[in-house]
Amino acid sequence: MAVQAAPTGTKTPLVAMNHINVAFGGVHAVQDVSIDLFPGEVVGLVGGNGAGKSTLMRVLSGAHRADSGEILINGEPVVIANPRDAKVYNIETIYQTLALADNIDAPANMFLGRELTTRWGTLDDSGMEKATRTVMGRLNPNFKGFKKPVKSLSGGQRQAVAIARAVHFNARILIMDEPTAALGPAETAQVRNLIRQLKNEGIGIFLVSHDIHDVYDLAERVSVMYHGRIVDTVNKADVDMDDILGMIILGKKSGEVSKNELEKLL
Amino acid sequence: MTDAAATPGRSRGVRQVVGDYFKATEIDLRLFGMVVALAVIILGFGFVTDGRFLDPVNMLTLAVQGASVAILATGMVLVIVSRNIDLSVGSVVGVVGMVYAVLMHEIYPTTIGADTSYGWLLALAVGIALGAFIGAFQGYIIAYIGVPSFIVTLGGLLAFRGVVFYISGGSTQAPDDKQFVVLGGGPQGSIGGTASWIVGLVMVAAAIGLLYYNRRERRRFGFPLRPIWADALIGTVSSLVVLGAVYVANSYHWPAGLATQYAQAHGITEPPGGLQIESGIPWPVLIVIGVTVAMWFLATRRRFGRYVFAIGGNPDAAELGGINTRWTILKVYILMGILAAISAAIASARLNGATLDLGQGYELYVIAAAVIGGTSFAGGIGTIPGAVLGALVMYSLKYGLAYEGLNSPGQDIVAGAVLIIAVGADTINRRRGS
Repeated sequence: MAVQAAPTGTKTPLVAMNHINVAFGGVHAVQDVSIDLFPGEVVGLVGGNGAGKSTLMRVLSGAHRADSGEILINGEPVVIANPRDAKVYNIETIYQTLALADNIDAPANMFLGRELTTRWGTLDDSGMEKATRTVMGRLNPNFKGFKKPVKSLSGGQRQAVAIARAVHFNARILIMDEPTAALGPAETAQVRNLIRQLKNEGIGIFLVSHDIHDVYDLAERVSVMYHGRIVDTVNKADVDMDDILGMIILGKKSGEVSKNELEKLL
Repeated sequence: MTDAAATPGRSRGVRQVVGDYFKATEIDLRLFGMVVALAVIILGFGFVTDGRFLDPVNMLTLAVQGASVAILATGMVLVIVSRNIDLSVGSVVGVVGMVYAVLMHEIYPTTIGADTSYGWLLALAVGIALGAFIGAFQGYIIAYIGVPSFIVTLGGLLAFRGVVFYISGGSTQAPDDKQFVVLGGGPQGSIGGTASWIVGLVMVAAAIGLLYYNRRERRRFGFPLRPIWADALIGTVSSLVVLGAVYVANSYHWPAGLATQYAQAHGITEPPGGLQIESGIPWPVLIVIGVTVAMWFLATRRRFGRYVFAIGGNPDAAELGGINTRWTILKVYILMGILAAISAAIASARLNGATLDLGQGYELYVIAAAVIGGTSFAGGIGTIPGAVLGALVMYSLKYGLAYEGLNSPGQDIVAGAVLIIAVGADTINRRRGS
C-alpha cells in the first residue's frame, strides 16, 4: 500500500510501522498495516469500533506484540517487546482508560515505574512532587491536589496527569488513545490546546479518536482503518469531514465512494 | 460542603474550625479513630473493673498476646493491598514453629549440643529461610502460574497443617532452647528498666528527627509547610505516648519468687521487701515495633511498596508503567513467609515448645486485624500502623472480655461482631466521603 508523503517533504519518519499483522485466535485484528509519523505532526487514526486502531497502537507502545511486520524509529529497525522498551525509544502512551493507579497521588502516578530515589535508595517523594509541580505549571496551572489520590481528581485533571507523564519523560512520539473521551467540553478544549502545544515542540503524535471533529481540527494527515486494514491515508487538505466519514463507515477510499452512497449516509 | 444548609450556622462554624485545625495536622483520620477506639476499650475495661484491668501486668500480657498476630498483620496488609489473600499464615506458623521445636528439642542435643550460645540464632535463621521458601513457593504458583491466591493458600492452610503432624512425630515438642524462650516475653523475656528507657528515648528522638526532616525537605522544595504548632503537637503527643508506655512497662516488677531466685543465683542479698527488678519492654513487643517500622519503611519509602499499592490500585496501569508485577507479588509472599517465621518464633517461645495446633486460626485474626485497621479488600488501600492497631484493638477486646470472665466462644462472637461493625462503619464513611 502506498503511504502518502508528509506535507513537509520527505525526511526520515519518526516512526514507520510496516506490514504489521496481529491476530487474536482466528480474528485478524490488524492486517498488513503500514503507517508513519513525522516530527511535529499529528496523524489521526480513525475507524469504527473494532477497526484495529487501538490494537495497532498497543503494538507500538509495547503492550502487545505483533505477529509480523517491522517498526522503524528514525529509520532504524527496533524491537518493542514490552512497555519498558517503548519508553527507551521515547514512545509515551496516553491510554483510553487513563492507565492511572487511582489510589496513589499525582506525582506517584507520573513517575510510576520510573520513580526517583534518594542516594539511600528510598523514594524521593519531594523530588517527584517538585518535578510534577513544574510540569503541571506548564500544562495546567490551575492543577491542585498533588498529595491526593488521583481518584479524587476530575477527568480533566486526571488526563493532565497522564499527559504530564509523557511530557516529563521527553516523549518524542506520543500515542493518544481517545484522549478526550472521558472529558467535558472545557476540559476537551484544554487537551486540544495541549496537543497543539506539544506538536509545536516537535513531538510526533498519533491521535486515535472516534471524534472526527477532534481529528479534523488537529491532524495533518488522517489514516482510516476498517476491519483491521488501512483504507487510506489522506492529507487533511485534500478531503472534507464527510469524505472521512464515508471512508470510516463504508471502508472505501474517498474517490470510490459514490455520491449516492454518501448521501444515503448523511 | 453540600450539607451547609442543613446544619445551623453556629455549630457548623465551631465544627468547621475544629475540622480545619485537625486538617492542618494532616493526621490520618482513620488511624486517629483507631487510637481513640483502642483508648476507649482499654479505659472502658479499666472503668468496669475499678482500674484493676489497667494494671501494668495486664497491659504487658495483652501486648505480648497480640504480638504474633500483629506481626503477621503487617504482611497481610501488603498481600490484601495487592488484591490477594493469604489463608495459609496460621499453618505456616505451625510448620515453622514445629521446626524450631524439633530442631532445639531433638536435633541440637545430638549435634551441636543443647542450650548453646548460638543455637537460638541458628534456629531462627533456619526458620526464616524456611518461611521465605514456603512464601516463594506459594507466591510462584500465584504470580507466575496464575492460580488464584485464595485457592493456593487455602490448599496451603490444609496441607501445611498436615506437614506439622509429620515433622512433629504426632505430639507436642518441648522445651525450646533457653535463650530462644526469651523471645516469648514474660519477666525474663523483657529487656529491663534501663534498656527500656533507652529504647523509649531513641524512639522519641527518631520521631522528632523525622518531623524535622520532613519539615526541612518541604522547605527545601518550597512546598506548603505544616503549621509549626501542628508539628509541635504531634511531636509532644507521640513522645508522651512512648514514654508513658515505657513507664507502664517499667512499673511492672518481677514476681517475688522469681526475683528471689535471681538474687540467689547472682549472689545478691535481697533488701527488705524483696529485690525489685523492673520488667521493662517484653521482647515480643520490641520485635513488633521493629517489624512495624521496617514494614512501614518498605511500604511507603521503597519502590517495592509503591509498586504493591499501584498493582492494587490498577494492575493494568502498573503493568503498562513497566512494573514487573509478577515479581512484585512473589516478593510480597516471600515477605509474608518471613513474617510467619518471626511470628512462629514468638508463639513457640511463649509456649516453650510447639503444639500441633500452634498458629491454628491465626489467618482469621490476621485478616480481621488488617481489615479493622483500614485495609480494603478491593485492593490498593491499607496502612501498616493501622493493621498493628487493628490487632491491638482486637486483642484488647479479647483480653478484656476474658478478664471479665467471658469464655473463648463468647470472645469469638464479640470479635466477629466488631469486625463487621468496624468495616461497616468504614464503608458508610467512605460512601459519605465520595
